Amino acid sequence: MTYEESPVSLSEAPTRRLNMIEAINDALDIMMERDPNVVVMGEDVGYFGGVFRATAGLQKKHGKTRVFDTPISECGIIGVAVGMGAYGLRPVPEIQFADYIYPGLDQLVSEAARLRYRSAGEFIAPMTVRSPFGGGIFGGQTHSQSPEAMFTHVAGLKTVVPSNPHDAKGLLIAAIEDNDPVIFFEPKRIYNGPFNGYYDKPVEPWSRHADSVVPEGYYSIPLGKARIVRPGNAFTVLAYGTMVHVAAAVCAEKGVDAEIIDLRTLVPLDIETVEKSVEKTGKCLIVHEATRTSGFGAELSALVQERCFYHLEAPIERVTGFDTPYPHSLEWAYFPGPVRIGEAIDRLTKA
Amino acid sequence: MTAKSRGNLPPLSLHVPEPKFRPGDVVDYSHIQIPPAGAQARPDEQCTASDTHPLCLDLVRVLGEDHRAVGPWDPKLDAETLRRMLRTMALTRAFDDRMYRGQRQGKTSFYMKCTGEEATSVAPAMALAADDMVFPSYRQQGILISRGYPLVEMINQIYSNRADKLKGRQLPIMYSARDYGFFTISGNLATQYPQAVGWAMASAIKGDTRIAATWIGEGSTAEGDFHSAMTFAAVYNAPVIFNVVNNQWAISSFSGFAGAERATFAARAIGYGIAGIRVDGNDPLAVYAATEWAANRARSNAGPTLIEHFTYRAEGHSTSDDPAQYRSAQEREEWPLGDPINRLKQHLIALGEWSEEQQAAMDRELVDQVKSATKEAEKNGILGHGLHHPFHTMFEDVFEELPWNLKEQSEQAIRERRIKWPEWKDA
Repeated sequence: MTYEESPVSLSEAPTRRLNMIEAINDALDIMMERDPNVVVMGEDVGYFGGVFRATAGLQKKHGKTRVFDTPISECGIIGVAVGMGAYGLRPVPEIQFADYIYPGLDQLVSEAARLRYRSAGEFIAPMTVRSPFGGGIFGGQTHSQSPEAMFTHVAGLKTVVPSNPHDAKGLLIAAIEDNDPVIFFEPKRIYNGPFNGYYDKPVEPWSRHADSVVPEGYYSIPLGKARIVRPGNAFTVLAYGTMVHVAAAVCAEKGVDAEIIDLRTLVPLDIETVEKSVEKTGKCLIVHEATRTSGFGAELSALVQERCFYHLEAPIERVTGFDTPYPHSLEWAYFPGPVRIGEAIDRLTKA
Repeated sequence: MTAKSRGNLPPLSLHVPEPKFRPGDVVDYSHIQIPPAGAQARPDEQCTASDTHPLCLDLVRVLGEDHRAVGPWDPKLDAETLRRMLRTMALTRAFDDRMYRGQRQGKTSFYMKCTGEEATSVAPAMALAADDMVFPSYRQQGILISRGYPLVEMINQIYSNRADKLKGRQLPIMYSARDYGFFTISGNLATQYPQAVGWAMASAIKGDTRIAATWIGEGSTAEGDFHSAMTFAAVYNAPVIFNVVNNQWAISSFSGFAGAERATFAARAIGYGIAGIRVDGNDPLAVYAATEWAANRARSNAGPTLIEHFTYRAEGHSTSDDPAQYRSAQEREEWPLGDPINRLKQHLIALGEWSEEQQAAMDRELVDQVKSATKEAEKNGILGHGLHHPFHTMFEDVFEELPWNLKEQSEQAIRERRIKWPEWKDA
């Protein structure tokens, strides 16, 4: 059941205003209640509720054999989750920061991703690996990375990046229900509010944003369906996570009639929505925070070129982070903010 | 590069381990300490982990020089069970011999024998419950054979033919048999270790009674996964048995490159505070007893056990390996712990429950059994001879549902096939 198909229309369902962390916590709580096979584990996630508090209160409510702390061993966390999935559980491991995922990479890439394939369906790894990702919080090079392209490259993994509380809850529920391994990247810069790219101005809290209105109880948002944030005709913006808000802010500021698409899931990708939009607008701007070379933007750009070439009226624009590690003191020079996006928009507009 | 000297400090030197014998060397196994059978204490299964730690440096043995079972570790199996064990080990060897030849005849790309190590998979499989979950490495075909998995299915997998249940995707011998409690084998080493712990933890979370057991070669204990698994099992007291098959060789690197010069592999248990046992891996009764002990311990929530099987890889690592290039031919001949099949046979003969004639007859029968299974499997094709799974199966099981990109690529594969083989009809 998806929220579009929900018997109770969203306007009728009782709602609450939540920030991203609360929405994620709510999704975990609901899924733990609905399915006794859902277990939550990771460094500090139990008694304390995680460094970002996403699992706060879950251990108290669901017991410590279903929500527990783990040793500091990402290889162990993911490997154990593969075995749990093979048993029939639905583990939701947390990797404290996406930057720490690498010691667990082999278990994700060679094991979780291929279990179904190599056993011809005998064994599956229905796990959802949650991990805060992205920069903008002065986390330095070890707390700011956006490694999504590493996972979109792997056959057998699904990659999800929500951009607001409403989607975070619905997408996380869908991810937990999914029988394939899902990497669920939470853009930590927007845990508390939809960051618009202006680091020297206060962030508007989610409580004043429409997307923080979250229906109570269960609903899911299907993986593989993008969201049109704002329809428009001047050009198509493809973005996900934090960059949805930054791109939207710059477009609004410049007064351009852009069609902004929040991809929501990178694999599976909603190619239909992308194609339709670019065919309509004839121009495409791709925005992400990760380094540029071989980033997911390269894949998006190639797809748009292959599928919409005869509709294109300008070269595809890519706005990304630089090909350097995330520098602590120069974070705002690295971040693909309003200036970089603005220049790309000017080029597209003049083209 | 020149070394910088500081005052009169001597230059540091790096130790690079070297095995005792290379090709052409005379083998002298006098450095291997072999305690008499029956001399090792058998602590209570509920004991504290530290009570087992002397066993990590010892060697649990049951079968003595006179082929009699002695001491507290004697599992006291009846003759029927012993004959079944002998038969299963002999069948495993017969199967290996046939498949090895099949590879040499070009029927498949690759094979790995477990000659000399049959006891380390057959005896544990017999000591475990049939529904306990095993997470094997690549040399535990004896478990599948013990559990009665059809030989024809094993050969279909090895030949990657159209009847291969894994649709020709896995390297030969990387079986998967969920219904037989046999986890899919990975080519990446040691990954099964944390997975077994996760399965065991899940079983404990659900209040199940089943336990997990996993196997690894001594070389792969150097992988991070081994240590992650040990930590997790210790932390959560997971009902899991860790088997380390120390067969002395990891392809061409001897066990010294996994740290064997410093400590036994069973002694890894001490650092994690879990139970550990070092067992004569060529003594099927000792192996059975150690597994039974560890299984009872795990099943009663007393925690995980690490068992080091001290054994010898009598053959090459795989059909792609030539051990004559890196080790003395005498090593196999003079291995002081003997051959596990021969030792069990001699034990049964000493009990008056078996004879050389029965053994010879059984061996002939097993050769025929394997031969007829091979013929049956060959009807489904051999590797590279066209009788494989249809192309579109390549795109199945990547995800539960086929996404658009795989649909497109699947159509392309079919198109390509039509061009390459215009006579082909089946879409």
